Amino acid sequence: MLVAGKACLILAFVTCLYGAGASIYGGRTRRRDWVASGRRAVYALFGTVLVAFVILEAAFLRSDFSFDLVYAHSSTTTPTFYRMAAPWSSQEGSLLLWLLLLSFWSSLILHFSKDRLREVAPYATAVLLGFGTFFAGLLVFMESPFQSLSGFVPAEGVGLNPLLRHPSMMIHPPMLYSGYTLFTVPFAFAVGALLTRRLNTDWIRSTRPFALAAWLCLGVGIVLGARWSYQELGWGGYWAWDPVENASLMPWLTGTAFLHSVMIQEKRGMLKVWNVSLVLATGVLAILGTFLVRSGILQSIHAFGASTLGIPFLILLIVMIGGSIALVASRSRELRTEHRLDSLLSREAAFLGNNLVLVAMCFVVFWGTFFPLISKAISGSESSVGPPWFDRYTVPLALVLVLLSGVGPLIAWRRATFANFRRNLLVPTGVAAVVLLAVAVFVGRSATALAMFALGAFVLAGVGQELWRGVRARRAMNGGSLPRALVTLVQRNRRRYGGYLVHAGVAILFVGIAASSSFQQARDVKLTAGQSARVGDYTLTYMRPTSRLVAAGNGRLERIDFGADVRVVKGGKVLETLHTHRSYYPSIGPMLGPVSRFFEGETESQVGLDAGFSRDVWTAVAPDTSLLRPVIRQGDSVFEGPGAKLPQAQRDELLAKTLVGLTDRYVRDTPPATFRMLVSPLVNWIWFGAMIVALGGLIAIWPSPRTVGRRVSAAYAARVGREARQPVGV
Amino acid sequence: MEYLVVLVVLLVVVFVVSAPLRRRGVQEPDVDALREELEAERDAKYGEIRDADLDRRTGKLSDADWRTIDRTLRGEAIEILRRLDELPER
Repeated sequence: MLVAGKACLILAFVTCLYGAGASIYGGRTRRRDWVASGRRAVYALFGTVLVAFVILEAAFLRSDFSFDLVYAHSSTTTPTFYRMAAPWSSQEGSLLLWLLLLSFWSSLILHFSKDRLREVAPYATAVLLGFGTFFAGLLVFMESPFQSLSGFVPAEGVGLNPLLRHPSMMIHPPMLYSGYTLFTVPFAFAVGALLTRRLNTDWIRSTRPFALAAWLCLGVGIVLGARWSYQELGWGGYWAWDPVENASLMPWLTGTAFLHSVMIQEKRGMLKVWNVSLVLATGVLAILGTFLVRSGILQSIHAFGASTLGIPFLILLIVMIGGSIALVASRSRELRTEHRLDSLLSREAAFLGNNLVLVAMCFVVFWGTFFPLISKAISGSESSVGPPWFDRYTVPLALVLVLLSGVGPLIAWRRATFANFRRNLLVPTGVAAVVLLAVAVFVGRSATALAMFALGAFVLAGVGQELWRGVRARRAMNGGSLPRALVTLVQRNRRRYGGYLVHAGVAILFVGIAASSSFQQARDVKLTAGQSARVGDYTLTYMRPTSRLVAAGNGRLERIDFGADVRVVKGGKVLETLHTHRSYYPSIGPMLGPVSRFFEGETESQVGLDAGFSRDVWTAVAPDTSLLRPVIRQGDSVFEGPGAKLPQAQRDELLAKTLVGLTDRYVRDTPPATFRMLVSPLVNWIWFGAMIVALGGLIAIWPSPRTVGRRVSAAYAARVGREARQPVGV
Repeated sequence: MEYLVVLVVLLVVVFVVSAPLRRRGVQEPDVDALREELEAERDAKYGEIRDADLDRRTGKLSDADWRTIDRTLRGEAIEILRRLDELPER
């Protein structure tokens, strides 16, 4: 099916070109038939790319090694679950996934807005199809996933990178790409609005759910990546300020700023230049993130390595940045603000503060990420900045951000009186003071952690107070039980209370980060079986070495695990026995011997983790296989010498016995193993906080019931004087 | 088989994309865009009125401030409704 796959991509490329042309022509001549044809080109693009993607997925599931990509990124011993995710472990497959998601989200927005934004939509369609043309062009001319292997078709593939064999990898890349591609939707509509000078809030209202969905998907993707790092990379951290991690964080930060400031434009007609600049910058940063992963210009564990895609991406970025600046500059008259800030004590002012902090954070991350390139350009030598540099600037900014996320919900739109504000601050400030005191006395004295705990408590108390007052007001008007009033209140004000929940989740997440990074206790130790190490209040004992041969579904050897059982004791009480191991995946490299190929391939760490509400006990082992080396070498010479003359079946049986013997020997005669042991407080709060953020985002994004809209519309459809007297329900 | 798949995909794409062009071209009326814009503005204004009311009930706005803001917002809503009424019927 290689030909069919290639043909689909060529068809996708041609469809994009046609659709972009038809949309621009339809927009200029106001011909709805051409506009509709352009929109349908997006639907057709989605269908075509979906067929190509299904062909590739099927090839992976069938282990069809006539596909170069399947051979290089899968094997018959790769579990089916991971074979499904293997397409996006490669440059080519992930580009195809990017295009698939772009066409899917573009189809969705254009379908829902087909009877609205009639002037803006054709140009937005052209921009979206412009992105489609770019990615389809890369797939057709530079990085085709449908290349065939020259010569014979091998019986076995290289296999999937073991680091990617983690459940998060099934969802993490699609979520990140969904975030990136969804952010191109508001970007495209902003360009359309600027081109047509239709710069009212209509395009913002139509694309806001997509901006929120982009923010949600990207956020979930980032957290899943952090969890993968924590459980899979064997260093015990969840965030390393890696360039690719940073690349996903930057559009998320500007996207967060946009989601806040856009409310000011919707309500007050203010900040038009700022909002359109933010959305354009977010679109550019989304492409920049994709560029960083694919160009190989910066070193990262997550990048695809050296490639030829840097130049095309650079050209695209230059066009996007240059075009955005030119458009905003030429529309300065239409982007004039309609109102001014009524008061510095207003939610608008708090949102402005939050925007400045978020953009400053983005700038810090940008500067630190690109510092190697900047330093090389200035001094000629490449130097980079590490986590301490990022922490120095982002930690104070994060503290201010959490403070503002607590203050925002306590202030009214337009203007608040100082007396009201002071009254609203009373409970949250009191709770924050109590938490500050309790943590200072019972836990420790890290100033930033203390401040974050107090601010987290401030936010949670503020959100709780808001919910309580809302429920009380609702019950005063309509009666009913407490839970019923709460549900109705949230249902009727999804955006507001979804947002509050996001703030609460962010506060919990930041408390988890502050605690786990400030109070983490770590040890790197070398232990023989039976020896113990103390980490904080915990004693970890290396109980016994373990080893096993793991067979794939087809009976062939998938990997060899060498590990350890580690007992965790606190205060004389046994809490848990953890198991950690390192997996060795066989290599098909021709330079390796018949036995050593099982030990010289890629490796992956499986950590032992006892996760709890208040702390995680985490350990990873680095087994020492040095005692096995002489035996492995001896095995190589036997199988390459006299063993090579044996019949295949007999040879395979003998090889299996050799591997069993080697794994048994590791357990019998084990040298000391190196362990990394951590006790980290409140790590689970990070994942729990992220789940609350996601839940809040879903509540905010969920469309309001139509009945509510109808009731309100009906109430306002009568004559204006009568309407103005009508009370509006909570 | 492969070529059949390609042919089917090609035909479907051509059929889907050309469908609107096979119908008579329609000029886009201006009034619809304006109506949509005003309706969206009206709905947003209703949202603002509800928000201000909720702010008052949850103690973030004093009664005096709320009255001023509410009066302004309702005045703006009235203006939008008046402009909507002036548009010709759809």
